[in-house]
Amino acid sequence: MAAGVAAWLPFARAAAIGWMPVANLPMPVAPAGKNKRQDEMIILNVSGRRFETWRNTLDRYPDTLLGSSEKEFFYNEETKEYFFDRDPDVFRSVLNFYRTGKLHYPRYECISSYDEELAFFGIISEIIGDCCYEEYKDRKRENAERLMDDQEDNKDAKPPNMTCRETMWRAFENPHTSTMALVFYYVTGFFIAVSVITNVVETVPCGTSPNQKEVPCGERYTVAFFCMDTACVMIFTVEYLMRLFAAPSRYRFMRSVMSIIDVVAILPYYIGLVMTDNEDVSGAFVTLRVFRVFRIFKFSRHSQGLRILGYTLKSCASELGFLLFSLTMAIIIFATVMFYAEKGSSSSKFTSIPASFWYTIVTMTTLGYGDMVPKTIAGKIFGSICSLSGVLVIALPVPVIVSNFSRIYHQNQRADKRRAQKMQKARLARIRISKQGTSNAFLHSKRNGLFSEAPEFTSSTEEDQRLNKSTSLLESQHHHLLHCLEKTTNHEFVDQQYYQQSYLEAGLQNYPSRSPSLSSRDGVSGTCCTRRSKKQHAPLQNASGPAHMQPLTQVHAHPRGLQELSTIHIQPLSTSRSSLNMRVDEPASLNCQSSQITTAIISIPTPPVTTSDGDAHLRAGPAHQNVVKVSAL
Amino acid sequence: MEVDGMEVFAIAVVVAMFVVVLKQFGVWEPLSLEGKICDGEFELSMVRHQPEGLDQLQAQTQFTRKELQSLYRGFKNECPSGLVDEETFKTIYSQFFPQGDATTYAHFLFNAFDMDRNGSIRFEDFVIGLSVLLRGSVTEKLRWAFNLYDINKDGLITKEEMMSIMTSIYDMMGRYTLPSVRDDSPYEHVERFFQKMDRNRDGVVTIDEFIETCQKDENIMASMQLFENVI
Repeated sequence: MAAGVAAWLPFARAAAIGWMPVANLPMPVAPAGKNKRQDEMIILNVSGRRFETWRNTLDRYPDTLLGSSEKEFFYNEETKEYFFDRDPDVFRSVLNFYRTGKLHYPRYECISSYDEELAFFGIISEIIGDCCYEEYKDRKRENAERLMDDQEDNKDAKPPNMTCRETMWRAFENPHTSTMALVFYYVTGFFIAVSVITNVVETVPCGTSPNQKEVPCGERYTVAFFCMDTACVMIFTVEYLMRLFAAPSRYRFMRSVMSIIDVVAILPYYIGLVMTDNEDVSGAFVTLRVFRVFRIFKFSRHSQGLRILGYTLKSCASELGFLLFSLTMAIIIFATVMFYAEKGSSSSKFTSIPASFWYTIVTMTTLGYGDMVPKTIAGKIFGSICSLSGVLVIALPVPVIVSNFSRIYHQNQRADKRRAQKMQKARLARIRISKQGTSNAFLHSKRNGLFSEAPEFTSSTEEDQRLNKSTSLLESQHHHLLHCLEKTTNHEFVDQQYYQQSYLEAGLQNYPSRSPSLSSRDGVSGTCCTRRSKKQHAPLQNASGPAHMQPLTQVHAHPRGLQELSTIHIQPLSTSRSSLNMRVDEPASLNCQSSQITTAIISIPTPPVTTSDGDAHLRAGPAHQNVVKVSAL
Repeated sequence: MEVDGMEVFAIAVVVAMFVVVLKQFGVWEPLSLEGKICDGEFELSMVRHQPEGLDQLQAQTQFTRKELQSLYRGFKNECPSGLVDEETFKTIYSQFFPQGDATTYAHFLFNAFDMDRNGSIRFEDFVIGLSVLLRGSVTEKLRWAFNLYDINKDGLITKEEMMSIMTSIYDMMGRYTLPSVRDDSPYEHVERFFQKMDRNRDGVVTIDEFIETCQKDENIMASMQLFENVI
């Protein structure tokens, strides 16, 4: 129950007097307030800072440290106060939770210290109010990730007894592990750089040939460049083969991006060897050597900035996608408009809409090459609108990307937003489960036989112990209230499961065999397989399962119904079914635990009721049809 | 000068943008500004109520000073403004009956407590009602119960009124009960009630019939004393 609502329990109980004249059964005895003391203040001394509050305030949450008798361990006899050697700042939030019923997470507080305090005082963190919950979860996630990162860094410590293969793989992945790895690393890096520079220099015009034509260096010093290329490719090939050998999962390695780039980098050379005379094709493959440059990205593993940039782009995929999409939309719109605007003018460069795309892109990105220019007035007007909107469209997603970058830089989330939603659902489910404790507590305590008017049906010894388990006064008062309501209406609260089971039971009864001559016995008892009655009732052959097949003859109910109600103990599912209900014509071996029954609702007209009581008004009453549930197996 | 279709369109666009810019400066359509003021207003003044002094309340009720203090603390905690409106009341009361729907009964209860029918319960109403329920004589309690059942406060309980009350009580039980609440359970209960209470069989129960019958019934008399020690 919520904190403040507990204060209204006396009111609810007092208002229960409104049920009394209507009820037909005597009410259960109220739980005696144990040594009814006046509301007193208690002092909580937390590391020297004294907090004072009412005792009732703390009693609102009996499953926490402060609300239960656990705090007695911290009682200091001399100073007559409860001393806790904990953080007083966080304790403020904890105490406010008792006072207001809402737990807040202060932003300046460290997440792990807060968690520890909550755990100490027995408060689950899911109770944190919605106002602070997002912040709390974010911080917690950050913390968890940081811990994971730290753990990963610690993995560099070399475990003993690694095979040659594993050593090699570690050396490849982490150059700092050994000197050899470092040497290898730098050598490959050097050759990457050499190969890139070679490619670049190859294309530079290198002096003139006798026939006054500029010749690129590649053609002038063909042999030299060829040797250089061969050397680089040999190194790369060896490196690739070694990585392939060392990889723990060769298939996965071959599928990875870097290895594909490696292959693509060395392939042109071999293809060039094969077909030396066909210059066009080999030229195209030479260009592919540019991919070798991407090997430089492997440096990014040890450069924080590059790594963050990569993560940013990856995480901003949605924003980048949005940017692209909006740009495309705008381009198409403006290209169409410009095309039709410029259609009238002669010698217009805007020959088609796709041709206008180029103009639109150049204008929107504010490049403005000037190779295509509108000449009509309308074209100029729309062209200016186009350039203005281009600035806007590009400027809008950029801050998002920037903020993403800074967010990742501060080591924020890598998980999907979807996982956050799942956690939200899980959290609500957890809160719902913990709140269900209220209604379940009443049923649970009923199960334990907390009735006081059926002493002869005391439960077995283990249940006796449960009886003696102290439920708080508040709870017992609340249960008493619910119990009074049950008595007033002469119905009982049950769990949803049992309710469905009772219908399952009832559905398997054979109705036609029921004789219409009802005995004067009241058909209060249902035939739920979880019901146990030690008293053998005379065969209530007409008291079919759902008691609403016939009207309750409540006039007789007073002495008998009371007894019947008190004999009903709802057993937990685990008990044996041997002592189950007394119905003889019961179909054997009901699987009461199965809950996947589809029920169909059919209406059966009320059979004529012949009670010996001659309750004429009863007969007249239920002229409308009753609803019966029949299980369709 | 011939104006092409596209040029017309272009000029229309330019004019529209001009209008937008003017609107931005607030030059265009100044009338629309006044309408906006009303939207921006937020609700002033949360109605707040301070109760009468402790001494007066002590005179009007049967509670001691300490009890009044403790009652007020609980009351104020849940309703800082000092007034309980019907919605809050329903919410609070429903929390005690998680399995059923307590809102209808809470509505009747609210009307029973809200004696001056102004739509909200002040602390005085609350405490006076509680005083009757917890510290009043049995007759006073019965009178209170009668007042609760008599929805239109005309001094008579008709079958319809009782039916509404009974239905609302059964609603609080919810769906999952054993035996299950049938559609006519409240009706039967009402019939029984009237059979017991309505002496002259005129279809209504007056306050005298009610009190007289209740005083003769031991169960009811016993249960009236049940909640003496709630506070």
